[in-house]
Amino acid sequence: METHAHEATHTAAHTEHHHHEHPSQSFVEKYMFSMDHKIISKQFLFTAMFMAFAAAIMSVLFRLQLAWPGQQSSVMHFFLGDRWAKGGVLDPNMYLGLVTIHGTIMVFFLLTGGLSGTFANLLIPLQVGARDMASPMMNMLSYWFFFISSLIMFISLFIETGPASAGWTIYPPLSALPQAIPGSGAGMTLWLTSIALFVVSSLLGGLNYIVTVVNLRTIGMKMTRLPLTIWALLITAILGVLSFPVLFGAAILLIFDRSFGTSFYLSDIYIGGQALSETGGSPILFEHLFWFLGHPEVYIVIMPAFGIMSEIISINARKPIFGYRAMIGSMLSIAFLAFIVWGHHMFVSGMNPFLGSVFVFTTLLIAIPSAVKAFNYITTLWKGSITFNPQLLFVVGAVSTFISGGLTGIILADSALDVAVHGTYFVVAHFHIVMGLSAVLAMFGGVYHWFPKMFGRMMNKKLGYWHFWLTFICAYGVFLPMHFLGLAGVPRRYYTNDAYAPWAKLQDINVIVSIFAIVGVLSQIIFFVNFFYSMSKGTKSAQNPWDANTLEWTTPIVPGHGNWEGDLPVVHRWAYDYSKPGKAHDFVPQTVPMEEGELDEGEHS
Amino acid sequence: MIKLLVYIAIALTVVLLFQLMRIYQLSSEIKGKNIGMANEKDNRSQGRASLIFVLGFFIFLIWLIVRFKDDMLPVAASDVGKTSDNLFMFNWVIIFIVFFITTFMLFFFAYKYAKTAKNPTAYFYPHNDKLELIWTVVPSIALAVIVIYGLSLWGKMTEKASDNALNIQLYAKQFDFTVRYSGADNKLGVTNYKMIDDATNPLGMDSTDKSGWDDVVVHGELHMPVGREINIQCNARDVMHGMYFPHFREQINCVPGMSTYMHFVPTITTDSMRTIMHDTAYDYILVCNRVCGSGHYNMFLKVVVDTKAQFEKWLATKTPQFDAINKRSHGGAVTMK
Repeated sequence: METHAHEATHTAAHTEHHHHEHPSQSFVEKYMFSMDHKIISKQFLFTAMFMAFAAAIMSVLFRLQLAWPGQQSSVMHFFLGDRWAKGGVLDPNMYLGLVTIHGTIMVFFLLTGGLSGTFANLLIPLQVGARDMASPMMNMLSYWFFFISSLIMFISLFIETGPASAGWTIYPPLSALPQAIPGSGAGMTLWLTSIALFVVSSLLGGLNYIVTVVNLRTIGMKMTRLPLTIWALLITAILGVLSFPVLFGAAILLIFDRSFGTSFYLSDIYIGGQALSETGGSPILFEHLFWFLGHPEVYIVIMPAFGIMSEIISINARKPIFGYRAMIGSMLSIAFLAFIVWGHHMFVSGMNPFLGSVFVFTTLLIAIPSAVKAFNYITTLWKGSITFNPQLLFVVGAVSTFISGGLTGIILADSALDVAVHGTYFVVAHFHIVMGLSAVLAMFGGVYHWFPKMFGRMMNKKLGYWHFWLTFICAYGVFLPMHFLGLAGVPRRYYTNDAYAPWAKLQDINVIVSIFAIVGVLSQIIFFVNFFYSMSKGTKSAQNPWDANTLEWTTPIVPGHGNWEGDLPVVHRWAYDYSKPGKAHDFVPQTVPMEEGELDEGEHS
Repeated sequence: MIKLLVYIAIALTVVLLFQLMRIYQLSSEIKGKNIGMANEKDNRSQGRASLIFVLGFFIFLIWLIVRFKDDMLPVAASDVGKTSDNLFMFNWVIIFIVFFITTFMLFFFAYKYAKTAKNPTAYFYPHNDKLELIWTVVPSIALAVIVIYGLSLWGKMTEKASDNALNIQLYAKQFDFTVRYSGADNKLGVTNYKMIDDATNPLGMDSTDKSGWDDVVVHGELHMPVGREINIQCNARDVMHGMYFPHFREQINCVPGMSTYMHFVPTITTDSMRTIMHDTAYDYILVCNRVCGSGHYNMFLKVVVDTKAQFEKWLATKTPQFDAINKRSHGGAVTMK
């Protein structure tokens, strides 16, 4: 309703360069408690960038320890002080704390909140042709819950007993008993509080995304004409809405076990010289509940990346995405299967082996639509005319990591092989490559691609190239050698590997990994400098800098409240008419009417 | 003070970088170059970089394999492990074929189809049902084979252990493993966590159960006879622990409040493995592979696979736990804590 009111007051007066101010809006309303989806998108991005920066520093700290165990390091002391790095040597409890919070931040705050939050908010209204989200108020609340959640997670690093340190999967009883590890004291309470708020944020956001895509598409924007970014973000939101509440339940039960004497997850425990009275619970129940979210979660992370990859590859190859309908179909089947594969995280948990067999079957099924996606991306590049904007490189990198990491997943999906490498660095390498790198690279690609829409300016391409190649080479430099640690049987989450002689021989690998990791993290400075400089000082963007078809490039360069001046655009075709024969340009925006007898490819491919 | 200097240095660096970017941008704009969008020169150079990358990537991978292949786990030392290694190899062959072909195609196409004067336009090619059908069906068949092969091994690993298997308990707590042998009756006596007493009864064995009277509790080492099926009952006292035998390709969690099981036949004695590895100090190991606290990384147990004779001789040197306890508690039940 509000958007219409604004529209009425701001009509013909708008010019090309309108950087319009709402006189009624104070700074606080406009930039802090804003209900504008574009501002909220930036808020998500900035918060996630801050959190990711912190998590990247954590990874440097534990990589220092793993490569040069027990050596004094002034860097370590600089960040952790006497409390956690006395004499510059990392405390084993803090090591676990760093690993835990690094994982939590990267999975939830960067790749869920940051990725979906940024791009769903920015792109859904702009690409479906809506003035804003269905409920701008809920959208604002979604961000602020995310903010408070981030704040609590960040603060938990600084408390006396240290942050949660039971791993990002927080399996009880370790996470339930402060006697077992100091991090399961106040640190764990803050972790659970933070994640509970995060779930609230995710639900508020997700419901909004779904309703907006379903109800607020502009005239002519049939589902078969939606850009794949929107399909991806829609499916992501549905996954989140169905699975996050289960994590909420799991967290609540854990809070009860920790604070109110229940025994959902605890049974027959003797610790600290004392037999606890709790009996009848099962930690395996927690694993089921956790992974019922936890597995869809990895697709919540990768789906938006798929959407961004499809869009950027197609635009920069100047070719329609190959197999548009197969891409939608594969995303839908991946999303469906995502809910029935969680047990492959639990082959060694002690659950019924027959159940394990079922999960082997469903998990390997998911490889089929994934393979289709990879082949379709490669075919889209084939016979293209590829413009190497930085985002294209990032997305090609993301396809590469998706292939590399996906293939090692075949081994882990096979329960009989999983037991040989479960919980080793092989797993760490696998999921970082397939989920972490693919999603992070695609997210970078998305930032480079939509930066002109966010800030009306371009990022510097040269710095983009340097950023890409350093990041990409370091990423493989970190995670490719890690497979070998895993194949030697080295378990993850070990403070050092030198207690067993055959593993101590592999220290070279840890040194290689750590050097790449440190260079990789440092090269993100290039990105930060480029980002913050270009935001205010970069070259001004053209109306449609990448010659793209989608609706966001039909708004003013810096769209104001309500996105389009005057009427909403009307859509006549799918989003991928690139290099269509018989057209004047190598792109045909969605708003261009169909010619007599022209085929709507979205309906047919 | 040092911290302050670091902060100042960082701030100055940022300012410097911003100024450098400003100069670069202004000079480019004077020359009329667009520093935001790729031009033909970029397409050519980045395309070439993609090709160089993929070759370097393959070389790096091959170097890693050559350099570290001898440090990987040695030949599997159990019956299931042998099948597991074969299945692993079978998977690797498929994975490497797909990996090299698709990865090369990806970067090679990026190089070959860069937008240049020679390749100014793209080919409009939105779909091809036949092609898509092929790459749906072919992976499905490959995966079906992998599933069937894998599940047959999984079935073997998780079926019930045979009746003449040697029953052993592995008991995990922060941060060590304790072993219990089931004695002459090959039956483990029942336990109750409320009877745990670190000095006299660390596993909480219930002395009213006669089958436990001959059970032998051993700290610090796990001995197993070669060629006989071992059936391990896994328990944990405080938090979850992971019981991972890298050399036998076996793993399961120890979960407080329930028992989990694994069974396998060790096929290579420690001595033979030392010969294979040309290392007189080489040992099998059991490690905790479920994060369990600050000492997690130090939670090991040395594993020794003996010949049948060596094993029996070794076990005979150990006394059943209750022989010791009974003397102290006058033959009665251990008092409830």
